[in-house]
Amino acid sequence: MRVARVHPLWLAYVLHRVSGLALALFLPLHFWVLSLALTQPERLDAFLNFADQPLVKLAEFGLIFLLAVHIFGGLRLMAMEWLPWSAPQKTLAAGALGVAFVISGTFFLQVV
Amino acid sequence: MLDLRLYMLQRITALIMAPLTLGHIAVIIYAVQGGLSAAEILGRTQGSVFWFLFYGSFVLAVAVHAAIGLRVILHEWTGMTGTRLAALTWGVGLGLFVMGSKAVIAVTWPVGLP
Amino acid sequence: MTAQNDTLEVSVWRGSGVAGQFETFEVPAQDNQTILDVVSWIQHYADATLTYRFACRVGMCGSCAMMVNGRPRWTCRTHVKKVLNGGKVEIGPLRNLPIIKDLAVDMDPFFDKWVAAGGVHTPSASRADPIPAIDPGDHSRQVASAGIECINCSVCYAACDTVAGNPEYLGPAALQRAWTLYNDAKHEDRTDILAAVSGAGGCHNCHSMGSCTVYCPNDLDPMSAIAGLKRETARGFLRRRK
Repeated sequence: MRVARVHPLWLAYVLHRVSGLALALFLPLHFWVLSLALTQPERLDAFLNFADQPLVKLAEFGLIFLLAVHIFGGLRLMAMEWLPWSAPQKTLAAGALGVAFVISGTFFLQVV
Repeated sequence: MLDLRLYMLQRITALIMAPLTLGHIAVIIYAVQGGLSAAEILGRTQGSVFWFLFYGSFVLAVAVHAAIGLRVILHEWTGMTGTRLAALTWGVGLGLFVMGSKAVIAVTWPVGLP
Repeated sequence: MTAQNDTLEVSVWRGSGVAGQFETFEVPAQDNQTILDVVSWIQHYADATLTYRFACRVGMCGSCAMMVNGRPRWTCRTHVKKVLNGGKVEIGPLRNLPIIKDLAVDMDPFFDKWVAAGGVHTPSASRADPIPAIDPGDHSRQVASAGIECINCSVCYAACDTVAGNPEYLGPAALQRAWTLYNDAKHEDRTDILAAVSGAGGCHNCHSMGSCTVYCPNDLDPMSAIAGLKRETARGFLRRRK
């Protein structure tokens, strides 16, 4: 039986689960590629060249996005569970953190 | 399925990884400027105690965190329980830890040692 | 009203246990009509074998909750006009509980979990003792009072996806009850409650998706109550390690 349960916190839960699952599945590949550095450095370089393509770059952007979604979603969850603040206070705090991250990230990109 | 002990382990590893993840994202943004090469990455990390500890603790925390997270998803989506679930949970954790350790050693160990 | 709107097309779940299907009834439309009125009309005038459960009709007893268009609702206080979708409405038994027949579910798992979460009140004083003074403005009393209007309708339990995926999980109503008693100065052993909600099916399985709080017909907030239990158990965990 279908349940109409689409509401903001439910979507936040889905986002957290999907991003977490995707990151967990990506990790073994990430580890394997890096461990090539020791055994076959030329294969690591070949992979890094392959990763220079626009499509792969887009996928990498997606991964960083998932990582950011998962970490801020997780911090929100822990604030919700552990800090005896009111709900609007928590929303404000999470929003402020997100904005701070975007601003500092942009600044960082400009500098380097 | 998630008792207090596993819950605390999940939250503590999350808290350990929060600053590490932000640091990791900063490193990625810095490193990709002007393209990536194995020599560039290794030149920065090989023989560095700091990066060994940074990524070593990251790998340990993420292995535990991902194992517990996958345990919850497996239980809720497939109904798996008991010894099978526990074995799979810690199997995944151990597998990630071994693979992650290999990667950390590959990029941070001083050249020629292992 | 136009002639077209004079009847409602009502799909009602029929069947025992896991087997069943929706059956459609034409029910006369009224200006003021609740979902429970519609179900009662069907049972009175269309099919006397339709099984459902209700008692007070005024949102006090918590016995008439059903799924209405896929959402858990208290049917005695859900107006048809509010949920009608193109002259149609679908009524089913509560989710996450075994179906006995038609719209009646077996509430045993729901109440068993209430008890398992430490929900039975054990007084800290007998009738021979003087009545302890409770300040209504006291913080923990206010936290306890926030959850006491629960009518055990199981709407939150039916709304919860964590209950759906994890049958052991105690669920929002039982855990909110535990949080209420934990903050009640007149409850005998409050640390027992923290132990009762820390097991394999305890409060730590909650993903804070908040469907319980969204759907609670009495505007209670089980999600925050569960967060309170997580906070107190985590505090106890860290204190023990020191």
